[in-house]
Amino acid sequence: MEKSIDKATLSALEHGEKSGIRTVWDRYAAQRPQCGFGETGVCCRHCLQGPCRISPFGHGPKEGVCGANADVMVARGLSRAVAAGTSSHGGHAKHMAHTLLKSAIGEAADYPIRDEAKLKTVAGRIGVSIDNRDINSIALDVARKALEDFSEKESPLTWAATTVTKGRVETFLKFGVVPTGIDSTVSESMHRTTYGVDSDPVNILLGAIKCALADYAACHMATDIADILFGTPTPVVTRANLGVLKKTAVNIALHGHNPLLSDIVAQVSGEKAMNDRAKAAGASDGINVVGVCCTGNEIMMRHKIPMATSSVSQETAVLTGALDAMVVDYQCIMPSLAGIAECYHTKLITTMPIAKIPGAIHIEFHESSAKESARKIIETAIEAFQKRDPNRVNIPEISSTAYAGFSTEAIIGALSLVNKEDPLKPLIDNIVSGNIYGVCLFAGCNTVKVTQDANYFAMVKELAKNNVLILATGCASGAFGRHGFLTPEATEKYAGPGLKAVLTAVGQAAGLGGPLPLVLHMGSCVDNSRAADVAVAVANKLGVDLHMLPVVASAPEPVTEKAVAIGTWAVAAGLPTHLGVVPPVLGSKLVAEVLTSTVKDLFGGYFIVEPDPLKAAEKLLSVIGERRKGLGLMA
Amino acid sequence: MKQIYVRPEQCMGCRSCEIGCAVQHSEEKSLFSAVLQSPPPMKRLFVESNDEIKMPVICRHCEDAPCLRSCISGCLFRDDKGLVRRKKERCIGCWTCMMTCPFGVITRDREKHIAVKCDRCHKLDVPACVNSCPTGALVFVDIDDMPKEKRQSLISAAAKEVL
Repeated sequence: MEKSIDKATLSALEHGEKSGIRTVWDRYAAQRPQCGFGETGVCCRHCLQGPCRISPFGHGPKEGVCGANADVMVARGLSRAVAAGTSSHGGHAKHMAHTLLKSAIGEAADYPIRDEAKLKTVAGRIGVSIDNRDINSIALDVARKALEDFSEKESPLTWAATTVTKGRVETFLKFGVVPTGIDSTVSESMHRTTYGVDSDPVNILLGAIKCALADYAACHMATDIADILFGTPTPVVTRANLGVLKKTAVNIALHGHNPLLSDIVAQVSGEKAMNDRAKAAGASDGINVVGVCCTGNEIMMRHKIPMATSSVSQETAVLTGALDAMVVDYQCIMPSLAGIAECYHTKLITTMPIAKIPGAIHIEFHESSAKESARKIIETAIEAFQKRDPNRVNIPEISSTAYAGFSTEAIIGALSLVNKEDPLKPLIDNIVSGNIYGVCLFAGCNTVKVTQDANYFAMVKELAKNNVLILATGCASGAFGRHGFLTPEATEKYAGPGLKAVLTAVGQAAGLGGPLPLVLHMGSCVDNSRAADVAVAVANKLGVDLHMLPVVASAPEPVTEKAVAIGTWAVAAGLPTHLGVVPPVLGSKLVAEVLTSTVKDLFGGYFIVEPDPLKAAEKLLSVIGERRKGLGLMA
Repeated sequence: MKQIYVRPEQCMGCRSCEIGCAVQHSEEKSLFSAVLQSPPPMKRLFVESNDEIKMPVICRHCEDAPCLRSCISGCLFRDDKGLVRRKKERCIGCWTCMMTCPFGVITRDREKHIAVKCDRCHKLDVPACVNSCPTGALVFVDIDDMPKEKRQSLISAAAKEVL
């Protein structure tokens, strides 16, 4: 299997191989064969009488020491993955909420409220009074409401209940999956999946859905507060792929997830004094900040910062020999970066107390002194730059134009240029007419188990050709960015006639002089909430619920437990959700059946597992067709 | 002649060899389709353990094979590679081979009513169990090379003592 279809990634890897540097692909090869019990989810280590495992072929015992059978083991494993994903997005959102609170009470001078309009919209939505009140007191109330959502309340989660359709709330109440606290639901998931608690696989799976809805709330909260503190994204034009690194600049990559770190470093990197220091050190182009993974998406949308790489290929940024510092916060950061950075002059800088890596420099980041820490980080990078070995620099001269920053507000804004009174009408009219056959949200990661970007590449071409409007978040948008799909040119090249007409009409109304890009980049992985907002707005406008819309989701190359959580809430939201990698559930026919079929009867959404990208696209198109028929539209 | 060599000291008891074996003897030969196959595919080797060790027990394809000698229906035969294999259609389910096998590695297919045993993945260069082992507890070695390797390691050890 090829490692990647991206030439820049392959070039960097080849260079690394020549120096004998091992990357994720080598480590994967060394790990193979991977354990079949783990692959099918029938291994349990939840108590000290284990580990227990059950043969997926029925050889040997049918139950673990405690009596849990394969169904229970698989359901518990999946539920814990959702809980871990939720705790990640929860940690991210809680970090933001604390910062908003500190900002409101004047303890975080580097984090002023940048988007008062968004603050007021959020406040209005969650029932915080905005009339005749100063911004900081509104922010304080919003922050307090946000923090309340983490412990167990007597009422549903604010960030879930106020952001979905009425129909969804009723469905969630009916099946008893309404979360009342983000952290408390994670805790409940851990409780019910421990030794001797919930042993009904279907009940465990309902618990996982409840937890996933808490994940949705956390994602939405993280998006809302990021917009309040750093501004709601509007479309920008920048570039993506390793070619954005510069020989003549101090290159700093920001990697991880939370804009609390990356946005401040991006801000400080523009300061004249910092750039002068870089120039004095010999970098004629000053400081060049680039993004990696989701935090890269955050600063791409708000500061036009280019995206160097993402996800599975994160190590390639170091292999260019031109990266002076890799600055990380949390999530998806491979510990291997430290060892690879050691082979070069590159400094790996960790910043969060909960995410340290042996071999890295730790510069702890606090809200009270954010810019000060950011300057220290940049100074460290400038120092490292002076030790860069020009003979080892190999920047692949490959990058694509990338339009990014299509927040819900930006999409509605663009549509309102077509119809000021009723912005959603052009979108809905075109869905009805079939110019837009349906909508597909691409989310998730790149995995070492799939040739990097291959599934995205094959699926997007097929769907766009069939007039499916494509949205993307997280490392999916990273993949599309590398291959030029975030451009109007891609629309010209790949969109079917109906889709092309719509994207051109909106693009021209927005003053682009051409179509909108083929894939609308909506942000980081927490920003899947933005796509949910668009779907909710369309459903409300049509007076139907989400599970009836011709909207689907796909994670063609998923890796993380966060992706499992997002996929699960997408299913609960009513979306048919494709996975391009088989999750560890096949050890239980019952669980596999519930996830791919039975759950449809409860929530309308369900998982479609299909490793072949063309077959996957075919399946999604057929599902969209069914949904269209259900709404009485031309299929 | 190639043989599967078992190193019990490296066996973790993970049973990956059993899974690899069953997958190789399934219709589509992939894990995910094999677990959906009905009836499920059968394994041909068995990880056993006691308080001291864990190790897979496998068919040795004995030169003087009791199973082959006791097969009265002409099902078991020795192929040109020296492997003891089945002509499945000739098995009458008398189970004599199961009773005579000194290793206990012949089992019953209860659906098809025939004996099931290792064919050492005769179509593959390396048997699936060896390929599936994550720790190197199963290795595929040339039995004629082993004595030479052992003599070499012996003299290396001796050299260290002498010098």
